[in-house]
Amino acid sequence: MRITCPICGERDSREFSYRGADVALHRPDPEAGEAAWDDYVHLRDNPAGETRDMWYHEGGCGAWIVVTRNTVTHEVIGSELAAEVAR
Amino acid sequence: MRVQGRGLVDRNSPVTFRFDGIAYEGFAGDTLASALLANDVRLMGRSFKYHRPRGVLTAGSEEPNALVTVGAGVGQEPNMRATVQEIYPGLEAQSQNRWPSLGFDLLSVNDLAAPFLGAGFYYKTFMWPRAFWEKLYEPVIRRAAGLGALSGKPDGDRYERAWAFCDLLVIGAGPAGLMAALTAARAGLDVILADEDARMGGRLLAESHEVDGMPGPDWVDSVLNELQAMDNVRLMSRTTVTGAYDQGTYGALERVGHHLPRAEKRPLETFWRIVARRSILAAGALERPVAFTNNDRPGIMTAGAVRTYLNRYGVSPGKAVTVFGNNDDAHRTARDLIAAGVHVSAVIDARADAAVDVKAPIYKGAVVSGSSGRKQLESITVRSGGREEKIATDCLAMSGGWNPTVHLTCHMNGRPTWREDIQSFVPTPGAIPGMEVAGACNGTMTTAACLREGAEVAARVAADLGKKAKAADLPKAEDDPYRLTALWHVPGKGRAWLDFQNDVTVKDVKQAATENFRSVEHMKRYTTQGMATDQGKNSNVAALAILADATGRGIPETGTTTFRPPYAPVAIAAMGSGATGKGFAPERKTTSHAATVERKAPLIEAGLWYRPSYFPQAGETNWRQSCDREVGYVRNAVGICDVSTLGKIDIQGPDAARLLDFVYTNTFSTLKLGRVRYGLMLREDGHVMDDGTTARLGEHHYVMTTTTAAAGQVMKHLDFVTQALHPEWDVHLISVTEQWAQFAVAGPKSRELLNGLLDTSLSDDDWPFMACGEVSVAGVTGRLFRISFSGEHAYELAVPARFGDSLFRLLVARAEAMGGGAYGMEALNVLRVEKGFITHSEIHGRTTAYDIGMERMISAKKDCIGKTMAARPGLVDPERERLVGLRPAGAAKQITAGAHLFNPGDAPVRVNDQGYVTSVAFSPTLGMNIALGFLKRGPERYGETVKLVDHARGVETLCEVVNPVFFDPEGGRVRG
Repeated sequence: MRITCPICGERDSREFSYRGADVALHRPDPEAGEAAWDDYVHLRDNPAGETRDMWYHEGGCGAWIVVTRNTVTHEVIGSELAAEVAR
Repeated sequence: MRVQGRGLVDRNSPVTFRFDGIAYEGFAGDTLASALLANDVRLMGRSFKYHRPRGVLTAGSEEPNALVTVGAGVGQEPNMRATVQEIYPGLEAQSQNRWPSLGFDLLSVNDLAAPFLGAGFYYKTFMWPRAFWEKLYEPVIRRAAGLGALSGKPDGDRYERAWAFCDLLVIGAGPAGLMAALTAARAGLDVILADEDARMGGRLLAESHEVDGMPGPDWVDSVLNELQAMDNVRLMSRTTVTGAYDQGTYGALERVGHHLPRAEKRPLETFWRIVARRSILAAGALERPVAFTNNDRPGIMTAGAVRTYLNRYGVSPGKAVTVFGNNDDAHRTARDLIAAGVHVSAVIDARADAAVDVKAPIYKGAVVSGSSGRKQLESITVRSGGREEKIATDCLAMSGGWNPTVHLTCHMNGRPTWREDIQSFVPTPGAIPGMEVAGACNGTMTTAACLREGAEVAARVAADLGKKAKAADLPKAEDDPYRLTALWHVPGKGRAWLDFQNDVTVKDVKQAATENFRSVEHMKRYTTQGMATDQGKNSNVAALAILADATGRGIPETGTTTFRPPYAPVAIAAMGSGATGKGFAPERKTTSHAATVERKAPLIEAGLWYRPSYFPQAGETNWRQSCDREVGYVRNAVGICDVSTLGKIDIQGPDAARLLDFVYTNTFSTLKLGRVRYGLMLREDGHVMDDGTTARLGEHHYVMTTTTAAAGQVMKHLDFVTQALHPEWDVHLISVTEQWAQFAVAGPKSRELLNGLLDTSLSDDDWPFMACGEVSVAGVTGRLFRISFSGEHAYELAVPARFGDSLFRLLVARAEAMGGGAYGMEALNVLRVEKGFITHSEIHGRTTAYDIGMERMISAKKDCIGKTMAARPGLVDPERERLVGLRPAGAAKQITAGAHLFNPGDAPVRVNDQGYVTSVAFSPTLGMNIALGFLKRGPERYGETVKLVDHARGVETLCEVVNPVFFDPEGGRVRG
């Protein structure tokens, strides 16, 4: 599998480590309540199809990126810097 | 036998090799199979289950029968295909799966028991008694049925891994592949042409027809010469593309050393990962046998293989050859043999209306219904109309048609499409993103059409990639239509083989259908059809045709099994090359490594780092003596320890303090310049991630230390927080772990030692506990931190890494002069256990700040990572197992880490579990064993007695629960 790092270009997936769904970007307010925090920390969808998840270019530039890919076809649709998505 | 005037082997280069101990001669360019056939050796192996005598069936990598072991001892390679193995001077090959010899195999008795050994035999027979399976049945079956064996010794051969990148990967260098590569290369694409054969050319090397007015092999050479001269082309022969993976990644196995005598530096194989923007599969087609009674005798082979042996190797596999087929292509074999002067006994075509243009006895509308001859074919039976007739022959060339090599197109879950006209499957377009298909593997069955398709597909790929291919001058070549009528099975008594390698017969497949294993995937597993090392390359389509017939369905409805990588066997050694021994993981060494090794310190792995366990001295006979002495250095004088392995992260920017306040539970924005603070870090789920100290070096400049184990995790975490959660913060961070060498100088004489070394001396007023700042060490600017992991008056001194080695030697020499010296991890651990300091033994991922008694470190005034979830009732429940100290109650006994704790009256079983021990040490300071552990309601139970039980080591003892700070609980020494 190959992932494009917006900074370094297209690289083999073994340069990256995986964190999971981009839900991680949306940290709730400390007062958001139990359900919101449960969602954020524990609950994840398991989509057949398009998904957006977080990868860390650990063997490269150290960028966190959001990768859009398809879990059925394995197509990697796009990648963006997490810093830009989060802004 | 050799045939004069035919073949591409070099008759001026004889090569001597041995098979089963007997010396034979072949020529350079021969495979083991062709050279053995040239020497009239037909019997090359025994079948897997019935131990039937077997000869070569094919001339390529799909070979199911002729598997041999090459070499002996450590370098012994089992299951090498004789059709792929090239001969070289000194080659030693052995036949397999026979005892005592290939000619006389005692286990061929299995063949007589065949009526009992059909599909499902194991499942039905070896059911009881249950205990017999592991002890009796399995070992016996394994010995009886099997292939070659490994030496059982560590692999002595060298393998390599490599990467390659290109615009276009062309897989297969037959007519379609060569034309594709040539067209794409001329258009300017960066091309890799990979072919599994030693010599490129595919069927053009095996056929007698001309291309562009010259012999096929000459045309191949002209194309290869042009490709070789181009900078944008890489030719990879002996390279099998084994798998198609995501985003244009392909696995490929290059056989680098199998065709040469072993040489020390040369790898046997290289496993390539090739990344290609596009690929063209031009893998050709594989000929399928016809299933008739006893179709597995040595001397019966595919018609195309017979042509290959004749035209490429100058060998006729028989003196009187019979040809049997259901298609026009088979006739070529007869014509080529006759032209070469080999006697053709008969041509048998299953089609009554076939046009057979061969000067030999011809049987139309006839089939071969049986064969005889034990270790070599002697005759066949021809059935024509109602009559049967025996024909004496020592070689039968059979053809049931050709199966396109669709395998790679199915590696990403693609399913091939049935094509009625060729009675076989072809790739479904788009099955692999970026892959195009050309030639026989696409069901294109004439040479002219293959050449044309190769050029067209390559021109299309070039256009897609922004290059323009010139209209190719297509070479002239044969364009005879490929006509066939399906013929899968000749009905008759006795066994007709489908899968030669796993001994699966037509009867087995029908049996599976009868027993309701009707799905092709069930049939496969029940009969083991296609599950041998050849993966059923020449038998799968026929087997599912039989299954379709037996279940009354069509072939397309029956479907195929799933083709998975690898296409051809790949040694695990090749995939994992470089990852054994030292290659398994990188080694990180500190700047004091050389000095440590000089002092003969045993090394201990800490993550990837190598750290000293202890520094032995003359007269010490075990590690405890060294460790106790080193603990004494720190408690009584001064000790030196390399702590550079702790993660160091440099954090700068106006929002640096804000970041630290967010990732640590406690507050760092209030930390004064020139001061250090201990910090605790949580994961977002509320459990402890890591701890460490962070120093404020400037208004907007901090340096964080992490534990050795969690350095990478913390760096990743900080990157996540600053990039994904708070990109608006103006803060930058970088790991400086390897840039600074850092040493602990610990003990009551630490200041005295440093004062003799630093350019300015230290005082208590300027350098109180938890102070930090720049210092000058022999003219080198360093950093000094007054921090302590031992509870003693201590410092950590950091200098740029290039000064680490000399500073360590200097510090140790000075310490030794003051009654101290270097200490290792054992002493470091004892010192911290005595003080109740935690490591990742305690913060192991399931403990909370509350569990380790640090819940008050979670600041109420601000948010931080993990704060919300750490407040969940379950994570602050007093019933939780919480940190305590333990010491033996009464007579000193052994305490072990990993032991569990129980109330003294309770049985030591899970439901009574009260906690567990995480760290133990013998404290020379206190003269007893001490431990840290977690105990339910721990801090409320100081003074109680608990029972410690280590089921694994058979230890049971009583312990007293105490405060985890065993030594100097007031902390006077660290400030002293």
